[in-house]
Amino acid sequence: MDDATERKLTLSHLWVAFGAFILACFMGEYQVLERSGLISALDSPTVYFASVSTHGVLMGFVLTTFFIMGFGYYTATTSLKMPVWNLKLAWVGFWISLLGTVMAAVPLLTGKASVLYTFYLPIQAHVAFYFGAVLLVVGSWLWCGIMLVMFSQWKKSHPKQPVPLAMFATTANALLWLWTSVGVALEVLFQAIPLALGWIDTVDAGLARTLFAWTLHPIVYFWLIPAYIAFYVFVPKQAGGFLFSDEVARAAFIVLVVFGLPIGFHHLYMDPEQASGWKLLHGIGTFVVSLPTLVTGFTVIASLEIAGRLRGGKGLFGWIGTLPWTNTMVLSVILSLLMLILGGFGGIINASYAMNAMIHNTAWVPGHFHLIFAGTTVIMYFAIAYYLWPVLLRKPLFSNSMALIQLWTWFIGMGILTTPWHVLGLLGQPRRISTVVYNTLLTLAWKPYELAMIFGGLILLGSACLFIYNLVKTQLNPAPAEFNQQIEYADPIHPVESIPEYLNDFKLWNRVIAVLMAISFGVPILQFFFMDTFGSPAWGY
Amino acid sequence: MQIDSIVQRCHDLAGKTVDFLQDFIAQMRTVHVDSLEQKWIKIALLIIGLLVGIITIDAFFHGVNPPSKVETIDSARLHLSKEFAESNLGVQLDDKGAIVVRMVAGRYSFFPKHISVPAETKLTFRWVSMDVLHGVHIPMTNMSTMIVPGYVAEITTSFPKPGEYPVLCNEYCGLGHNHMWSNISVIAKEDWQAPTHTIANKEANNG
Ligand code: HEM
Ligand SMILES: [Cu+2]
Ligand SMILES: [Cu+2]
Repeated sequence: MDDATERKLTLSHLWVAFGAFILACFMGEYQVLERSGLISALDSPTVYFASVSTHGVLMGFVLTTFFIMGFGYYTATTSLKMPVWNLKLAWVGFWISLLGTVMAAVPLLTGKASVLYTFYLPIQAHVAFYFGAVLLVVGSWLWCGIMLVMFSQWKKSHPKQPVPLAMFATTANALLWLWTSVGVALEVLFQAIPLALGWIDTVDAGLARTLFAWTLHPIVYFWLIPAYIAFYVFVPKQAGGFLFSDEVARAAFIVLVVFGLPIGFHHLYMDPEQASGWKLLHGIGTFVVSLPTLVTGFTVIASLEIAGRLRGGKGLFGWIGTLPWTNTMVLSVILSLLMLILGGFGGIINASYAMNAMIHNTAWVPGHFHLIFAGTTVIMYFAIAYYLWPVLLRKPLFSNSMALIQLWTWFIGMGILTTPWHVLGLLGQPRRISTVVYNTLLTLAWKPYELAMIFGGLILLGSACLFIYNLVKTQLNPAPAEFNQQIEYADPIHPVESIPEYLNDFKLWNRVIAVLMAISFGVPILQFFFMDTFGSPAWGY
Repeated sequence: MQIDSIVQRCHDLAGKTVDFLQDFIAQMRTVHVDSLEQKWIKIALLIIGLLVGIITIDAFFHGVNPPSKVETIDSARLHLSKEFAESNLGVQLDDKGAIVVRMVAGRYSFFPKHISVPAETKLTFRWVSMDVLHGVHIPMTNMSTMIVPGYVAEITTSFPKPGEYPVLCNEYCGLGHNHMWSNISVIAKEDWQAPTHTIANKEANNG
């Protein structure tokens, strides 16, 4: 199948994603430098908060959304072996999302939207920022629609056959994202934009936070699922083995989507506008949803072990040494898992209801999510890019050894950046500050950690530049005459011939989600309409 | 008649649910799960159950709960409210002799800017915002809460160790967020003196 058009579509999405990424990496390094107070000339809260807002939006919303869309299109077309449905619509989605990105970037970069990527009301940004965010999301909804259509078209023409795992997981992510984005969409459409345009005078800040929390948790699974897809469908083959279990993988994705959605209140543990019963309920759900991650860890490690043993590894740990460490996909998954294990311990503390009070909104929190998001997740985005670039361009990767150095330095840099960041949190440093002006002894202990972070950031920035350089060089290289690398999906040890319909479809699960969402968000949202609440007027910053 | 038809419907629904569950379980039994993987899933579920058990027991029996008293207040008119009028802020004893600390967060400080409280004593903090979202944390303690405009954040805690502590805003509230902090002195229990005026805590505050 000649998929030239799909390859172009995918490449365009991925370039927007990585363009946003490298820009934001420069901002990240500026931020750690500014925060440390090392260079007093840099000191400016105005510039700093414009930068953090842009950095957060570019990393959290632009890199991820464009990456997921681009990767999703190519996964769909190659795993289902059919062209992307309604290519024109896909391009419309691309341009809408890009327009939204630009529309939000202008106020962000000019300091008209220094509200951080969480834009908590009643602080207000320029209205273009909200419209930009809406367009970015609307574009991604078109992607979701296309994924759902392709999924059901394939099922229709292949009755009773299991949908390829890669596409099953991609569709799960599309469904997850549709549900996830509703919360923030309600907040922006019914609160932020009407307030910014002066149609309403006040908003309920508690309701706004509740709606945002609806989105804030599952969005991290939206970001994470591409990494899990790579774990399951690329890693085993790249390592030279087989996928340990295809059916359990499907179940894991289902549990992730179903239980990932109704648990957002762990972001509101410290909030006064929700009662403790609801918080506890969401807290329990938060622990339940660690199950698919534990299962995924097991399956990936088991798949790696199979590969290592097939390659001659012996003994309890001998198989680790025989893994192809110079394969970018395999190296990435190992580093990714290491960061996941470290980050997982931190996550247990965050999720623990009462322990959370010690670290809530301290520097611990950005430390934790850089480790797990910029580390565990993004390193798999790199791996996927290294894997897809030769396929998309029909050219070999410019340099594999450069890619290996890049992955190692990302891992090391992330360790040096996030370890002191966690410690700073335990030492009481709040997140989201641009300088330390508190006149207390406590702050003396913070200095060395802030300096270490500059160094970690520098390594990460260098690593990010290597990544982009490698991709650009690959693209600019002349095309060799015969180079036709195709994407290869891993085979499970036990081929799945038939599968229960419940593990091959989302209709039932969609209904389960609806019920769970009604239970966990119904009363907590409705309460705002039955209580005597007092709205807040808009504030600048 | 009507009752009968409702009963009939419930009956049908129950029947359908049972059918569905039976079918669901029967189908799931056909799934191949490796025995090692089954063991791992059981272990994982056990760990999860343990953690869930701990936080649930903590919440129910030890009263370990975050600030969650869903109580509203008009943040725009705090100065007109009885409870958070300027003269009423800070540390007070209520009519039962319990210590209540009323604090207002506003860009860019916490008011009053300095308070003294006794160590090893139960303190009830009541925080309100007069403008935007703030957060407050006294480092090295679990005195932490978000302060959402429109709501009173109430939290009960005690400080084991005497000393001077900073009170830091930990949610971005504008370009001056860095500067938003105040001080609290935690004084040994026996050295602490109760404030002279005591005001009853029973007024409604939805002023
Ligand atoms: C060069 C490497 C990076 C450095 C040095 C860096 C540094 C920073 C700093 C200093 C902040 C401000 C945190 C605070 O105010 O408490 C920040 C925020 C943030 N970073 Fe990074 N970062 C880097 C890469 C990344 C990556 C790769 C991602 C994700 C893909 C990411 C996602 C975020 C997000 C979402 C925020 C917003 C947090 C907030 O608003 O509180 N960063 N980063
Ligand atoms: Cu979350
Ligand atoms: Cu603040």
